[in-house]
Amino acid sequence: MLKIVSILALFCATLFAAGDASFEATKRELNVPAIIMFFIFILGTLALTYWAAKKTKSASDFYTAGGGITGFQNGLAIAGDYMSAAAFLGVSGLIYLKGYDGVIYAVSFLVGWPIILFFMAEKLRNLGKFTFADIAAYRLGQKEIRTLAAFGTLSVVVLYLIAQMVGAGKLIQVLFGLEYEYAVILVGVMMIIYVTFGGMLATTWVQIIKACLLLTGVSFMAVMVLYAYDFNFESLAVSASQSHEAGESILSPGGFISDPVSAISLGMALMLGTAGLPHVLMRFFTVGNAKEARKSVVYATGFVGYFWVIITIVGFGAIAFLNSNEGAQYFVDGKLFGGNNMASIHLSHMLGGNAFLGFISAVAFATILAVVSGLTLAGASAISHDLYSNVINPQATDEQVVKISRITVIIVGIVGVILGIAFEQQNIAYMVGLAFGIAASANFPILFLSIYWRGLTTRGAFLGGLAGLVTAVTLVIIGPIVWVQILGNTEALFPYKHPALFSVTVAFVAIWFFSKTDNSQRGKDEKELFRAQNVRANTGIGSAGAVDH
Amino acid sequence: MKDELVERIENNPKYKELISKKNSLGIKLGVFVLVMFYAYILTIAFNKELLATKIADGMSTTIAFPIALAILVISFLTTLIYVRKANGEFEDLTNDIKDDVKDLI
Repeated sequence: MLKIVSILALFCATLFAAGDASFEATKRELNVPAIIMFFIFILGTLALTYWAAKKTKSASDFYTAGGGITGFQNGLAIAGDYMSAAAFLGVSGLIYLKGYDGVIYAVSFLVGWPIILFFMAEKLRNLGKFTFADIAAYRLGQKEIRTLAAFGTLSVVVLYLIAQMVGAGKLIQVLFGLEYEYAVILVGVMMIIYVTFGGMLATTWVQIIKACLLLTGVSFMAVMVLYAYDFNFESLAVSASQSHEAGESILSPGGFISDPVSAISLGMALMLGTAGLPHVLMRFFTVGNAKEARKSVVYATGFVGYFWVIITIVGFGAIAFLNSNEGAQYFVDGKLFGGNNMASIHLSHMLGGNAFLGFISAVAFATILAVVSGLTLAGASAISHDLYSNVINPQATDEQVVKISRITVIIVGIVGVILGIAFEQQNIAYMVGLAFGIAASANFPILFLSIYWRGLTTRGAFLGGLAGLVTAVTLVIIGPIVWVQILGNTEALFPYKHPALFSVTVAFVAIWFFSKTDNSQRGKDEKELFRAQNVRANTGIGSAGAVDH
Repeated sequence: MKDELVERIENNPKYKELISKKNSLGIKLGVFVLVMFYAYILTIAFNKELLATKIADGMSTTIAFPIALAILVISFLTTLIYVRKANGEFEDLTNDIKDDVKDLI
């Protein structure tokens, strides 16, 4: 461990040396308080990882922290997974740029939670072990379902990872004047260390600490913004609309979600996607029983709901403050330094000076590290638990599984870094929207129907889930963002930015069709197994690590 | 899970009560949240002007803000209602069922 820390320190030093050149170019002053905060956090979390590493022995420790997390802790950790860099930097940046349209994202992100609670949380806890594929594979064919689920998970993980990496890169770039590429690499290395050594226990605690720091920091910002307007939202709204080039239109839904199909499609992606995010679903296995699983959703919903309220205030505060005379220092050539995603970071400097900028930057960085760690763990579990130990080598020992996980973490980390660099210019809130779209199309329909529909068969789940995944990915590739903006074609083959409305429908219809037409003996057996599954899902009798009352 | 155990739980009146109560509460609250959310999304999709209505004459803040806040608060309250019921009444029923089939677990 010591060796790693020293290598890392050396690595950091090299990076900062390399960053000197860009310092000159951007004329940013070295922000000492920020760097101190940043290193305190890094050292603290590394110490935590060291502690967690000693307690992480079995695969169960690695994936579920041994199942010993309480409902309250897990609620904070879930909220932490949710309040990602994309949520914090992306949504506040979106509100800064487009006003109320950003708020639509915030609202849609939350509404998924009650739905998860009413229909999924408890059943997930009762049926699952490490990954959401455990549930779908409970009575269906292991090979097919787990292979598909692993691809669904990896697609979501990679897209979400890109969003976080871009946020991290921009943040460190602004804070230290470090080259974007080096910043992304630094995040990748840190994440690999947390996850490979500390597993779910370290990831969960980093997540909890960060959630507390983030809520405190953003609350302070919101209070400071409101303080400047005598705690009158109307005054803030007037001031924001006067200083924004779009004027009063920022106070109502605007052109960002321009057509009905896009609006419905995005709403669907954000809501159903929540119920299909692998790193969030994984969190239900870290608690002892269904009761704690339910509690954790209430806490999570409360924290996340509160977070969106204060982010809205911060976003409008950013419009009012940064577009003032005093805010001019944050612009380079008429553009916000570091891009629109940095709006709340600059605002923190205006509100609380260098020390507070340091605090918020360290928190934002912590946020990114915690979320990418959770994501990577989800990716690793898909490969090692779903693919390796259930499909490739069913005789695998615990040690082998954990070893494969650690290798996967390193690979996912490297892929994340490469793609993070490639997607530098994307708005991270939009990237998250896409990740949700794929989660909603590929993961949610299989999961939902396997819990509720007796008639689901392996054939239906596999072909239907595949159809949903392929449709979602294809529509994203031929849609306006990738086809036009990234690949440089003149016109998109598919006109809408968000595919969920179409791909979710395709998935559900295809799953239904291929299950209905499945007359095989295997299909009949699977339908029969639904009874036992349903009893367990509802009572928890026979569930993994269930606590007897 | 043993067939006999499944059979006995399924025939337990308390299990039937648990399932019907849980499903009914979940569906009621779920439909409520979905209708609320889609009413909001569809208003954005088809009638943006409605949400641009000012809270009061002479003010700039639109009704879109309190509506968003209301959705956040209501979403939280529905989860609270469900969990109170589920962690109280439903959990008691579940424990009764477990007691009834203790010999088979």
